[in-house]
Amino acid sequence: MNIGFRDKLTGLPKPVRILLWILLALFAYALPLLELPIISTPGVDFGGVLFTVTIYCLVALGLNIVVGYAGLLDLGYVGFYAIGAYTVGILTSFHANWPLLLAIPVAVVAAMISGVILGAPTLRVRGDYLAIVTLGFGEIIRLTAVNLEWLGDARGIKNIAKPPNIGDEKTGLFEIPHLLWGDGTVLVDTEHPTKFLVFGYIDQVPYYWMGLTAVIIVLIADILIKSSRVGRAWEATREDEDAAELMGVPTFKFKLLAFSTGAFVGGLAGALYASRQGFINPLSFLLLYSILFLAAVVVGGQGNRWGVLLGAILVAYLPQRFREFDDFRVLAFGAALVLLATLRPEGLIPPRRTVRAKQLEQELDELEQGTDEGEEAARV
Amino acid sequence: MNFEFFFNNLPELTITGLAFGAIYALIALGYTMVYGVLQLINFAHSEVFMYGTFATLWTVIALNAADANGVKLIAILIVALFASMALSALIALALERVAYRRLIERDAPRLIALISAIGASFVLAELMGLRDRIAGWFGLDDDLSEYVGKARINNSMAGTLEKPRFDVGGVSISSIDIIVIVAAVGMMVLLDQFVRRSRLGKGIRATAQDPETASLMGVNPTRTIQVTFLIGGLMAGVAAFLYMLKIDTTKYDVGFLLGVKAFTAAVLGGIGNLRGALLGGLVLGVAENWGQALFGGEWRDVIAFVLLVLILLVRPTGLLGESLGKARA
Repeated sequence: MNIGFRDKLTGLPKPVRILLWILLALFAYALPLLELPIISTPGVDFGGVLFTVTIYCLVALGLNIVVGYAGLLDLGYVGFYAIGAYTVGILTSFHANWPLLLAIPVAVVAAMISGVILGAPTLRVRGDYLAIVTLGFGEIIRLTAVNLEWLGDARGIKNIAKPPNIGDEKTGLFEIPHLLWGDGTVLVDTEHPTKFLVFGYIDQVPYYWMGLTAVIIVLIADILIKSSRVGRAWEATREDEDAAELMGVPTFKFKLLAFSTGAFVGGLAGALYASRQGFINPLSFLLLYSILFLAAVVVGGQGNRWGVLLGAILVAYLPQRFREFDDFRVLAFGAALVLLATLRPEGLIPPRRTVRAKQLEQELDELEQGTDEGEEAARV
Repeated sequence: MNFEFFFNNLPELTITGLAFGAIYALIALGYTMVYGVLQLINFAHSEVFMYGTFATLWTVIALNAADANGVKLIAILIVALFASMALSALIALALERVAYRRLIERDAPRLIALISAIGASFVLAELMGLRDRIAGWFGLDDDLSEYVGKARINNSMAGTLEKPRFDVGGVSISSIDIIVIVAAVGMMVLLDQFVRRSRLGKGIRATAQDPETASLMGVNPTRTIQVTFLIGGLMAGVAAFLYMLKIDTTKYDVGFLLGVKAFTAAVLGGIGNLRGALLGGLVLGVAENWGQALFGGEWRDVIAFVLLVLILLVRPTGLLGESLGKARA
């Protein structure tokens, strides 16, 4: 069904397609102002939830490069996220007084360098060993933050810089009203407008816009990289490392590139998170988050950028939406993971290649009637 | 760096480290066997262990071990051991049935099996952590408060056991540490011989080497996988019992860190390799304890992971290499 949707989409003339994308983006930007019933989260600030969703989307896109494109299992992705967040914390508050816009590039580069440092020795290690080494890396980063006073130990770092405001702090450049939904009526709520563009403490919507902008930029970069030589080299490496090497793909170099690109995006997500939060401590970087990030990627459909975005949205949004089941949230989440894995082993939106490979395989099976079905199922 | 303390207490540190290591090794067996046969990281194995600790605790409470001594106490402990093994094995089998079997049959991508295992791990841990609420639905939370109370904090059986220490050449040794080490190593040797010599063990090794050929030769793959999970569960049950003897306390999320450590131990020794799991566990336990003495307790977990990274750099397939079925590319 979703293949049909895809074909229809690509069948449209280019201007219409671009228009559709722009409309979708506009809708995404306007989402917190619309305050749609059902979607909005009761009891929690909707803008804040949406910001969290964008952070998960960023992380999922970054991790998708590592896990989905290059096929490297990374269980310590939260380490890069932490490095991004801590670099911003140190540079803007704890040991220096830099403006945020200067600190973010440094944080991103720091995360990327840490990716190279971790990757260079460990990427020679095969599949599952890499998983446990990266898991160890994530924990080492967190425990170091807990134990080093220079990093604020368990108490963490406070007063991290916010993004700079555009326009006057009181009113912003202009004010945008929200909508208010009553019983069957829609009102314009001018009492609590969002100020464009003031990064304050109460109104979270500007942070969401910042996060969404970052997601869109990363998404475009992702599309460009995936369809380039680099993207093809990643896929070749994932499918068969030896064959790729024989075809002249320097697999190690490309794996390292995937690793550091993923770290780059992870660091960016961490930096944005830290600046919204204003406060970080090691508890924000538990191993659990690495697992949640990985769950977002795999549940959505590793290797498909729209799939992982959907996965990220589900993983970040559902627990907030269903807060009333508070104590049973993790239980339900776990059960949902088992169920999804059993029902849709390729992810919610699998990459087109996987779907095509499956169809081909089915046709082959039909041709070879009499042989044991499913025996030759190619692992994807 | 506290060298004086380290060298003065080296024998004690080593023995406590070995005791921890033996427990890691027993849990690591579950990871290593499942990995050997299925090439899956059985992420939920830590919860199998956690249920074992609770089975031990509940048996001790139910049979009132605090008032017992002598032969009666030993009998209670043996019952606790069997209860722990039984519950762990049951959970392991249920896990295989619910979280894995359909994925294995459909030859799903391996990562999705990992996600399924992570989900199952959340469910198992949370069921234990919410047991007071669940018992409440049936109106049993008052009757069972001894068992289901304190669902989210530490549950302790401290004081049930005397833990005499004795001196050997001026070194003070805890009797529990010795029991733990001897029992764990004994179980490992038994298991090693079982896998090496028995028919079922041969089936396991054959499936690990080449599942297709093994099934052509008359090895039932589903049953072999079940046996693998069963053995992993039994060993986790033993580990849980020994852990409770040594530490006395457990909690619904106790499995997580221990599971990570045990998996580290399995990888350290060479995953898929039974003797490797033993060696990896012992090395990890001792290294942690030494490192803790040298650098301070807060660096304990960091040392474990740094050691892992270093060893994998030198020996990319672990200390003894992978070899449940020998020679896998």
